[in-house]
Amino acid sequence: MVQQDFQRRMPEASRDLRKPMGVWQRIHIDVPLLLGLLALTAFGLIVLYSASGETKFYIQRQTVFISLGYVAMFTAAQFKMSFLQRWSPWFYLGGVGLLALVLIMGTGAKGAQRWLSIGGFRFQPSEVIKLAVPMMVASYLGVRVLPPSFKHIVVSLMIVGLPTVLILEQPDLGTSLLIAASGLIGLFFAGLRWRYILGAGLLALMSAWPMWQFVLRDYQKQRILTMFNPEADKLGAGWNIIQSKTAIGSGGVYGKGWMNGTQSQLNFLPESHTDFIIAVLAEEFGLLGVLLLLLIYLFILGRGLLIAARAQSSFNRILAGCITFTFFVYIFVNIGMVTGLLPVVGVPLPLVSHGGTALVTLLTGFGLLMAISTERRKVSI
Amino acid sequence: MSEHLRFKDHYNEARIFFRRAIIVAALIVALVIVLIARLYTLQVVEYETYVTQSDRNRVQVQPLPPTRGLIYGRRGELLAENRPSYTLSIVKEQVGSLESSLRLLRQLVDISDDELEDFHKRLKRPKRRRRPYEPIPLRYLLGEEEIAKIAVNEYRLKGVVVEAQLVRHYPQQELFAHNVGYVGRINERELKSLTPEEYALYNGTDSIGKIGLEKQYERLLLGNVGYQQVETNARGRVLRVLERTDPTPGQNLQLFLDAQLQRKAYAALGGRRGAVVAMEIETGGVLAMVSAPSYDPNLFVTGISYKNYRALNESPDLPLFNRAIQGGYPPGSTLKPMLALGGLEANIIDEHYSVRDPGFYQLEGEERKYRDWKKRGHGHRIALKQAVAQSCDVYYYDLAFRMGIDRMHEFGDKFGLGERTGVDIPSERSGLWPSRKWKRGVRGLPWFPGDSLNMGIGQGFVLTTPLQLASMTATLASKGVHRQPRLVKRVGEQELPDKASKVVEASEKNWSLVMESMEEVVHGQRGTAKSIARKANFRMAGKTGTAQVVGIAQDAEYDSEALAERQRDHALFVGYAPADNPKIAVAVIVENGEKSSLAAKVAREIFDEYLLRGQFDNVEVGR
Repeated sequence: MVQQDFQRRMPEASRDLRKPMGVWQRIHIDVPLLLGLLALTAFGLIVLYSASGETKFYIQRQTVFISLGYVAMFTAAQFKMSFLQRWSPWFYLGGVGLLALVLIMGTGAKGAQRWLSIGGFRFQPSEVIKLAVPMMVASYLGVRVLPPSFKHIVVSLMIVGLPTVLILEQPDLGTSLLIAASGLIGLFFAGLRWRYILGAGLLALMSAWPMWQFVLRDYQKQRILTMFNPEADKLGAGWNIIQSKTAIGSGGVYGKGWMNGTQSQLNFLPESHTDFIIAVLAEEFGLLGVLLLLLIYLFILGRGLLIAARAQSSFNRILAGCITFTFFVYIFVNIGMVTGLLPVVGVPLPLVSHGGTALVTLLTGFGLLMAISTERRKVSI
Repeated sequence: MSEHLRFKDHYNEARIFFRRAIIVAALIVALVIVLIARLYTLQVVEYETYVTQSDRNRVQVQPLPPTRGLIYGRRGELLAENRPSYTLSIVKEQVGSLESSLRLLRQLVDISDDELEDFHKRLKRPKRRRRPYEPIPLRYLLGEEEIAKIAVNEYRLKGVVVEAQLVRHYPQQELFAHNVGYVGRINERELKSLTPEEYALYNGTDSIGKIGLEKQYERLLLGNVGYQQVETNARGRVLRVLERTDPTPGQNLQLFLDAQLQRKAYAALGGRRGAVVAMEIETGGVLAMVSAPSYDPNLFVTGISYKNYRALNESPDLPLFNRAIQGGYPPGSTLKPMLALGGLEANIIDEHYSVRDPGFYQLEGEERKYRDWKKRGHGHRIALKQAVAQSCDVYYYDLAFRMGIDRMHEFGDKFGLGERTGVDIPSERSGLWPSRKWKRGVRGLPWFPGDSLNMGIGQGFVLTTPLQLASMTATLASKGVHRQPRLVKRVGEQELPDKASKVVEASEKNWSLVMESMEEVVHGQRGTAKSIARKANFRMAGKTGTAQVVGIAQDAEYDSEALAERQRDHALFVGYAPADNPKIAVAVIVENGEKSSLAAKVAREIFDEYLLRGQFDNVEVGR
């Protein structure tokens, strides 16, 4: 029996119990992540200088884009997560709308419609959607009871599927693959039950055989086979792979030295400053150079997953996980493709390949990671 | 469990996420290990292989273009061949300054602005479409002197190469332009229409069939590209062939077309505009297919100059137009034997049925007089045989009126009128064989009896191509057996089968009646084509026709005399020979020829050439 009123308040309750904020947290910068990114972009510039035939043009452009990217990152880091969560659906709808617009009135580069020009300014809506899809999936699942129910899984799949199909129509296989991966991993992080994962896997396996046997026509089969075995087409896609393998292989353990790669310097290597840049790196810096690059990547990925695990809400966790994993998909698909492990789809090596818009998007993503990592902790006693 | 009863469990969600993040981290590490293993294989295990490939010598893949299949005539005459020719090309990756090289080259050899422009267009082709070190052609057909000049200056011309290439040549020149067609350089649009697999086939080849058989049989004629992997030194000289897959040459085609007969037919038109089609009745093979005037297809092979193209394209004689399969002409009286058979089979007329011909025909209750071509008429009792032989219009007005549009349409349909014959060259037109439905659909009007009368004499709405007329005549001559017209007899060593079907059923008596009446046209006392029967030692059957010119563009540019000439009637003749054992069917149209005997004379020359000289001269051309 309680006789006495007891104090519901802690002593010194007027004091803010939360950890005092450091200066980096105040300006929303995650220092380890920033250091990793700086190392990566610097290394990328060195390789690009060699890959672009020692011309200043690409370096200048890339430097401008990297600076723009860091500005975008810094800006993104300032957002409040609750604000982002609330606005995600509108961001997503806008992105999908732009994608539809591209299909209707886009302009093409290399025979595909990807660009939208508005008042002389050209940009790729698929870049917007690269961030919008993980945000939408995270914000949808973030407020639901997890693990997601069947209904929520279906809705999430539709959220991912719509932009994927629109980008496939452009056609841009590489990007649609990235988008699909970035959304599906969100489901996985949300705790998608294993029985669904196994079920989907089994279903895919079971439908593969009848598709191959009865639905696909001979020429379609041929096309798929060529895709997985590009070396059969010695003059087309295979030519690139033969050249990039020669470049990588001849680099050996120590490499031929910076700007001494014969394959890349003599224009044998196609797209040497964009999708195939890792071949230049491997030729000139050898296996050690590639290992160093992978190490930097692994550091960034590790930091990203750590930020995700320590985040305070499901939205934050899922979004951070998605961004980190998508970054990895870039790396794996690009290196796998250049070394002849995977079919050739146009995916750049993130933060190293020349190319402005992808760079800005990626760094904006990292800005979101920083926003998550530096968010003020709620009271925890 | 109902949805409403579930609450968010933040602690649990964080735990789930943590577990999942560990799994993802493990997956990432595993996949990075896979990448490292792959790089290790390439850079350490297979290092020696790749280093030799890249060190000092450079490896290139060069396409080996296949030789395009040849095209032969029926008697082995060469209609399309490949000739060696020298092409000046530039390797972009090796040339120092493109500007100065081009300037120097223009001093040495003749390079027109057109050629320069084409070169720049080829240069700008998207990178993905071009392999590095692929020579880009600048000038075709170099002369000996030009080759020597370039050779002397070679030290100043880095990256400039002279390549020997096979270029298509048509030795018969304008004779077969319309059916053999020609190849030309692949243009941007054609490139885009190719699938990636097809695209690979055109590596090292820069021409593609544009029209005619060259287009229709493109895939067979092209063959398959081969390739070789070579090592070159820094200057691009081939040091060693590492690997080689030989190209497969394209298949040769042998045609039914007979160069001798074709030449004869072309000459027989005597420089007039017109068309001739001759078919072998037994096979449906097209022995001659002339559209005059014609043009030299060799002009197109390496790119026709703008001036030459304009001249051809704007000529009022339309030399680029293939009259034999695209020209829609009113068939005029050449339809009459077919209609007569239709009337006989429908029991509307018989052998003895006759009409009175005062020189015109009137529909009951109508003022309008439908005139006979013979002003005074053909007399009192004109029966079938004479109606065909003398081409009595009134007899056919009467027949058409009583037969009616539906039965006429149905019967003509069986002979393939109004439909493409399906001959194996592209761009064939279907002509027009009108029906009640067609008129209502297109013109929005009902069918009037007067329309039937016009159709009865092959005028009005009816349009036929010369090939359709030849095919119709061949069907008549073989008593209802249709064989699809075709030009190619043999692909490689394989003989192509004919597509035959019995399309018209009629009694033996009616067939003989119609065929005898057609014989009467040539050999009868009053036959309209009796002039060609002179000194013939075989018998012929046929039908003459004249057709009013419809819808001529009254272009002010033509002087009045030329205009008047172009408004004269077309002269037509269809026929087959020998009459008792038909072997060849012919359709001739002489534009603005006025007198049908003019067309009949052309046919006689073809009969003579084929039956007296060429018929048994088949030569098999192997590969």
